[in-house]
Amino acid sequence: MSEEDEDQAPPKRPRATPPPDQVLDNVLETVLQFLAAPRDRSAASLVCRSWHRAESATRVSLAVRNILAASPARAARRFPNAHHILLKGRPRFADFNLLPPGWAGSAFRPWAAAFASAAFPALRSLSLKRITVTDDDLDLLARSLPPSFRELSFLLCDGFSSRGLASIASHCRGLRVLDVVDCEMNEEEDDEVSDWVAAFPRGHTNLESLCFDCFTPQVPFAALEALVARSPRLRRLGVNQHVTLGQLRRLMALTPHLTHLGTGAFRPGDAAEDQGLDLAQILNAFSSAGRANTLASLSGFRDLAPEYLLTIATVAAANLTTLDLSYAPVTPDQFLPFIAQCRNLETLWVLDSVRDEGLEAMASFCKKLQVLRVLPLDAHEDADELVSEVGLAAISEGCRGLRSILYFCQRMTNAAVITMSHNCPELKVFRLCIMGRLQPDHITGEPMDEGFGAIVRNCSKLTRLSTSGRLTDRAFEYIGKYGKSVRTLSVAFAGDGDLALQHLLQGCSKLEKLEIRDCPFGDAGLLSGMHHFYNMRFVWMSGCNLTLQGCKEVARRLPRMVVELVNSQPESERTDGVDILYMYRSLEGPREDVPPFVKIL
Amino acid sequence: MAGADVDVGTELRLGLPGGGAEAAKTTKRGYEDTIDLKLTLPTGGSMKEDANSKPEQAAEKAKSDPEKPPAPKAQAVGWPPVRSYRRNAMTVQSVKIKKEEETEKQQPVAAAATAGGNGSAFVKVSMDGAPYLRKVDLKMYNTYKDLSIALQKMFSTFTATGNEGKMVEAVNGSDVVTTYEDKDGDWMLVGDVPWEMFVASCKRLRIMKSSEAIGLAPRAKDKYKTKS
Repeated sequence: MSEEDEDQAPPKRPRATPPPDQVLDNVLETVLQFLAAPRDRSAASLVCRSWHRAESATRVSLAVRNILAASPARAARRFPNAHHILLKGRPRFADFNLLPPGWAGSAFRPWAAAFASAAFPALRSLSLKRITVTDDDLDLLARSLPPSFRELSFLLCDGFSSRGLASIASHCRGLRVLDVVDCEMNEEEDDEVSDWVAAFPRGHTNLESLCFDCFTPQVPFAALEALVARSPRLRRLGVNQHVTLGQLRRLMALTPHLTHLGTGAFRPGDAAEDQGLDLAQILNAFSSAGRANTLASLSGFRDLAPEYLLTIATVAAANLTTLDLSYAPVTPDQFLPFIAQCRNLETLWVLDSVRDEGLEAMASFCKKLQVLRVLPLDAHEDADELVSEVGLAAISEGCRGLRSILYFCQRMTNAAVITMSHNCPELKVFRLCIMGRLQPDHITGEPMDEGFGAIVRNCSKLTRLSTSGRLTDRAFEYIGKYGKSVRTLSVAFAGDGDLALQHLLQGCSKLEKLEIRDCPFGDAGLLSGMHHFYNMRFVWMSGCNLTLQGCKEVARRLPRMVVELVNSQPESERTDGVDILYMYRSLEGPREDVPPFVKIL
Repeated sequence: MAGADVDVGTELRLGLPGGGAEAAKTTKRGYEDTIDLKLTLPTGGSMKEDANSKPEQAAEKAKSDPEKPPAPKAQAVGWPPVRSYRRNAMTVQSVKIKKEEETEKQQPVAAAATAGGNGSAFVKVSMDGAPYLRKVDLKMYNTYKDLSIALQKMFSTFTATGNEGKMVEAVNGSDVVTTYEDKDGDWMLVGDVPWEMFVASCKRLRIMKSSEAIGLAPRAKDKYKTKS
C-alpha cells in the first residue's frame, strides 16, 4: 500500500484542493477512529509511514504494559492525542513478596512530570497497576491535570496515603471515577489521616465510581454519607471494612441506581446507624427501589455476619452477574440455600470454606458461570483439605461454559483435570494451585503431567496457564507441543531440568509472559529461547539454576532486552548463582534509578 | 471487582532489532552492601519463618544439589501464591470461625465475633527519619530475635536506597534502639520483659537513635518490679 496507488485528484480549480496524501491522511484518520482492538491498531501502524502517522494521531487508548519499556516523552511524541492511559509496573510475582520493595520506586515520577506539563493534553483517564505512587506525585497530578481529566484508578499500587487522595479529591473538579483497589497504602498516625472524603468540593459532584475497599483507616461516616448524597451519578460504590451494615443501608438508600456495590463489613456494628437494625430492614434495602434490576455486582463482605447472607438472595436471583465472597468464610450450610438462587452468576469468587459440596451445589445451579476463583481460607501447604478433585470435577460437569478458573487445593488427581479439559472447551485461563509443593496425583501417585497435558491439548483457546504439583519434563513437552495459543505461563517447583524450559521456549510460539520460580532450569534452558525473547513482554526466573555467565550471554546477544539480576537474599545467605532474573524489552535501555540489590547487565 | 484488568489500549511496538539500534549499554553495577541495622534486641530463641515482613527470605534454600528440585523444607517465600493482604485478613477470620464453632457446640446461639479476634496483634512501627510507618503483627513471631530480624528487613530498604540521608548516617555511625509504648502510655526499651508480656502490652513500636533513648531501661525494670 503506498501513496502512488491512489486516484489522482480531480482537475484543479483556482482554489487549491489539498494534495493527495493529505486527503488520504484525513480519510485514514477518520477510518482508523473506528479501529479499537489493540492488535488491529498495532497491525495498522506497521503498514507504512502514513498509516503509522494516522494511527498514532488517532490512538485514543494507550497501554504501556511495562512502565520501564517506554519513556513518557516517547509516548507523548507518538500518541499526543491519548485520552486513556494504562500503566503497569511491577511483575506479578512481586505480589507474593518475591521482589524486594524499592525495586522501581521512582518509575512513575517522570510520568507524573509529563502529565503535569501537559504532554498529553487530551488526557481523561489514568489507570495504574502495580506502580509505586507517592503523595507528592498525586499532589502534582491533582494541581496540573486538565479540567477534562475524569478517571483515576489504582490497582495493586502502593506508596501513597490519605494525603494524596485528599489532593486528588480537592483539586480534580470534574472527577468521575476514583477507584483505589487492593492497594497497600502507607500507614499513618491516627491523628494524621486526611479526611479525603470531606475534601471533595461542595455541591454536586460528577462521581460515577468511588471505591476504597482497601483503605485501612476509618472514614468518618457523616462525610461519606454527605458525599454520596451529593453524587447523583454514582453507579459504583465500594466502601471499606469499617462501614457497618447499618451505615451501608443508609448509603444504599441514597443510591437506588447502583450497579456495583462493595459492601464493607456486612455486619452490624456499634454505630448509631446500626441501632435497631434487623434482617428485614436489610432484606428490604436489597429488594426495594428496583434494586434487583440494576445491581449487577456485589463484593466486600469483609466480616460477613452469616445470618445476613440470604438478604442478598433477591438481587442474586435477578440481575446479579458478579459476586465476590472471597473474604467471607462461608460454610456449606450457609452457602447451599444461598447459591441455589444465583442462577445468573457469570463471575464468582469464593473461599474453599464452602467445600466440595458447596462447589457441587454451585455447579448444579450456576449454569452460566464463566469465571470462577476458589481461594484458600488457610493459605498454607499443611492446611486442612477443604476442596479437592471432587469439587473440580463437579464444576466441570455443571459449568460447561467456563472460561477462566483459579483453583486452590491441597491435592488433585489427573482424572479430574482431564475431565475438565473435556467438559470445558471454552477455557482460556486455567490456573490450578496445588498448595503442597511437588504433590503428585494423590490416588495414582503419578505426576500431574497427564492432567496439564490434557488441558493444553483439549482447550484450544487457552491463553493463560498456571501449573503446580509434581511435574516432569513430559508436562512441558505437552505444553510446548499443544499450547500454541498460550501467552502467559506460570511455573513453580516443577520440571526435571533444562529440557523442560526448552520445550516451552521452542514450542509456545505465542508466549509473551513467562514466570518461573524454583525450578531446576539453568543457562542451557534459558539460551534455548534466544529466538523468541524479543517477542515477549518479560521473563521472570527466580530460584533457578542460572549463572551470571548465562545471563550475560543473553544480554550480549539481545541488546534491546534489559536484563536485570535482582538479589533478594540478605548478605549472609548470598550465593554465586542468580537469585532473580527479570528481563524485558525496552525502547529506553537500562533504567537510571537502580537500587543496590539490582544489577543490570 | 478486584483483579479485573482494564484492557484499554495498544502496546508500543518495538522496532525490529538491527534497525538503528542504540549501542547496548553494559552498565555494570556492583552490589552495595546493605546496611545492617543494629537493633539492640536480646538474642535467643530459634529463627522462625516470618510470613508477614517484606522482603521475605526463603528459609534454608537447598542449593546443594542443582540437579534435583530443592527439597521442600520450611515454608517457601510467597508460597502458596496468595497476597499478604488476603492472607492476613483470612488469618483473623479463621480464628474467629474456630471460636464460633467451639461456642456453637456449647450453645445453640451463634457467638458474636469479637472485633479483631485473638488472631493478630498489629502495631505501628515508626523509624526516625523514615518517610512512612509500617505495621507488624506481633503474633507472627515467637521471640524477640524473630521480631528483630523482621524489623531489619522491613527498614533495610530505606537505608539501602540512601534516600533518607539522616538515617543512613545514624545507622552507620551509632546504634539504634527499639522502644515500645505500652498500655499505660509509657515508652520502654524492647526486650526487658518476657515475650508474651511484651506482646500483650505493646501498643506501638519506635526505632530511634540510642542517644535519644537514655533512661528508659531502668524505668521498665522498676515498673514491672513494683507491679509484681
